[in-house]
Amino acid sequence: MIDWRQLREIITTPDNVPIIGLILAIAFYVWYGLRQARANDRLIREVEADPGRHRKTQPYEEGWEREVQVWPYLLRIEFLAALIVTLLLLVWSLCINAPLEDPANPGQTMNPAKAPWYFVGLQELLVYFDPWFAGVALPVLILIGLMLFPYLDASPLGSGYYTLRQRRVALGAFGAGFAIWIGAILVGTFIRGPGWVWFWPGQTWDHTRAVYETTRDLPDLIGLHNGVAKALAGFVAIVLFYAGAGRLIHWLVTRSETDRRIYRATSALQYYTFQFFAITILAGVPAKIALRLLLRVKYVLVTPWFNI
Amino acid sequence: MEPDRKDPREALEELTTSFTKPKKTRLWKSVFRVKHDRRDTRSRALAVVSNVFLHLHPARINRDAVRYSYTWGMGGISFYLFLVLLFTGALLMFYYHPTKIQAYRDILYLEHDVPFGRLLRNMHRWAGHLMVITVWLHMLRVLLTGSYKKPREFNWMVGVGLLAFTLLLSFTGYLLPDDQLGFWAVTVGTNMARATPLVGHEGPLGPQMGMTALNDLRFALLGGSIVDSNALLRAYIWHCIGIPVMAAVLMSVHFWRVRKDGGISGPAPVKLEREVP
Ligand code: HEM
Repeated sequence: MIDWRQLREIITTPDNVPIIGLILAIAFYVWYGLRQARANDRLIREVEADPGRHRKTQPYEEGWEREVQVWPYLLRIEFLAALIVTLLLLVWSLCINAPLEDPANPGQTMNPAKAPWYFVGLQELLVYFDPWFAGVALPVLILIGLMLFPYLDASPLGSGYYTLRQRRVALGAFGAGFAIWIGAILVGTFIRGPGWVWFWPGQTWDHTRAVYETTRDLPDLIGLHNGVAKALAGFVAIVLFYAGAGRLIHWLVTRSETDRRIYRATSALQYYTFQFFAITILAGVPAKIALRLLLRVKYVLVTPWFNI
Repeated sequence: MEPDRKDPREALEELTTSFTKPKKTRLWKSVFRVKHDRRDTRSRALAVVSNVFLHLHPARINRDAVRYSYTWGMGGISFYLFLVLLFTGALLMFYYHPTKIQAYRDILYLEHDVPFGRLLRNMHRWAGHLMVITVWLHMLRVLLTGSYKKPREFNWMVGVGLLAFTLLLSFTGYLLPDDQLGFWAVTVGTNMARATPLVGHEGPLGPQMGMTALNDLRFALLGGSIVDSNALLRAYIWHCIGIPVMAAVLMSVHFWRVRKDGGISGPAPVKLEREVP
């Protein structure tokens, strides 16, 4: 039985409306960008076959001036954009009120107590990681990884035009991270109910429902329960994971001739830094999520100071 | 001898021409300086270059760079939303006191008594959410067009800083209505701070560094060990002064660099694989 009321309530919560907008916008713009990428890829193939052909990614005619006046050709677009955004904002603000709950009350816990939607992905990761990792280390790693991104991409190709063919690895890496981030937000917002329990869309949020799940650590699975042995086993498991995931990623990023050329142009420092971020964020986070959801594993590495 | 008064007819004519031809007046000329002639490209260029708000732009740009399909306009829209937020935020500040006694009542007052108060609050909130979305889309566009590549690597870094500030701006604002929603969201958020390695009292190696609930990072953020009046005041100051100022500085750098890096990156003609080393 689908509980439509519950479903509607979740979707129309004022602070969730932006997420619906975000999903629609991302879907549209990814389509819009990839459509141009596909057209440009076709153009690239044509130029490869006929080097004399013009290489413009935009409509072009002989004799057109290379530049245009900012006033009016750019300013009128900016003005129009400002007008449309203002109108959109006005209509949005007239139709949907900003939420205001009861006054803050430390004695009465909100359930579920959710972070604002753009951080809800990190909150969702608290299920799978300790707070020091999900709330601090991972965001810092993401920001550093993003900042380093330009310095790790050794390919000079595809600068200033949409293309898929010439930049599969860069787009794939960013796309995977973006997808994890958005996916975690969707789960955290639309799936998690009271007590951060998993409710499928359409299920009623039952405040009395609790999930008692006995979790275990990865070394427990192979019968290791002694502290030192567990720590060692966890450490070995992580080393093996980095080695294995590293191999897999290496295979993924050197599949086509283009990718191999880019790989050869990448310095060792660039490549290992890329691998570190790719394994930790793009492979490690989903792997830990899978371990938790499929095998009820809480920690891989257990030490007296921190657990992963 | 010259009469020391003007011919009334002449005086009247002078007076009317300043209204019928305002552009001939000294006042007008002192403000606008250059002649604005719609048919003259030089005067159009001067209109952009000699205007403090527009001089962010060059006078002329690549004809394809104005295409919406390339930039999606998301950087510009993010900036516009930032301005909208400054404006609506400043108006909200007239009505809001960052104290436990007043804050929540001020929101009620805004919603029920202040003319257009509810609209004002709604616009500020939704513009904030919308800006998060447009900044993400802007980043996605820059990525898809490879615009972070040489020479724009550093500007991408500046952009990541702006992304962080945009999220933090939104987050610090969340607490200000002092309602359950903000209170618990910020409680959840700042609870993570106490798990920070080294500087959180529940984080890895935190206790070994001498961290307690009364001296760790979370305490510094909240001005206390719980989310209370000090936290409200701190969130307010970060939200209204600290982060906007830092974001504005980064934006100036960001826009400056767009110009210095040779304008926006494209749409550029395609390159072939065999042409690069
Ligand atoms: C408050 C946030 C931001 C504002 C207001 C902003 C504004 C702008 C504007 C107006 C442009 C001119 C071209 C365009 O509109 O696309 C631009 C370009 C650029 N932005 Fe941002 N930006 C912001 C955040 C970011 C972020 C998060 C990134 C990346 C992580 C970024 C990286 C860049 C780069 C690399 C360019 C040059 C693009 C090119 O040459 O094609 N910006 N930004």
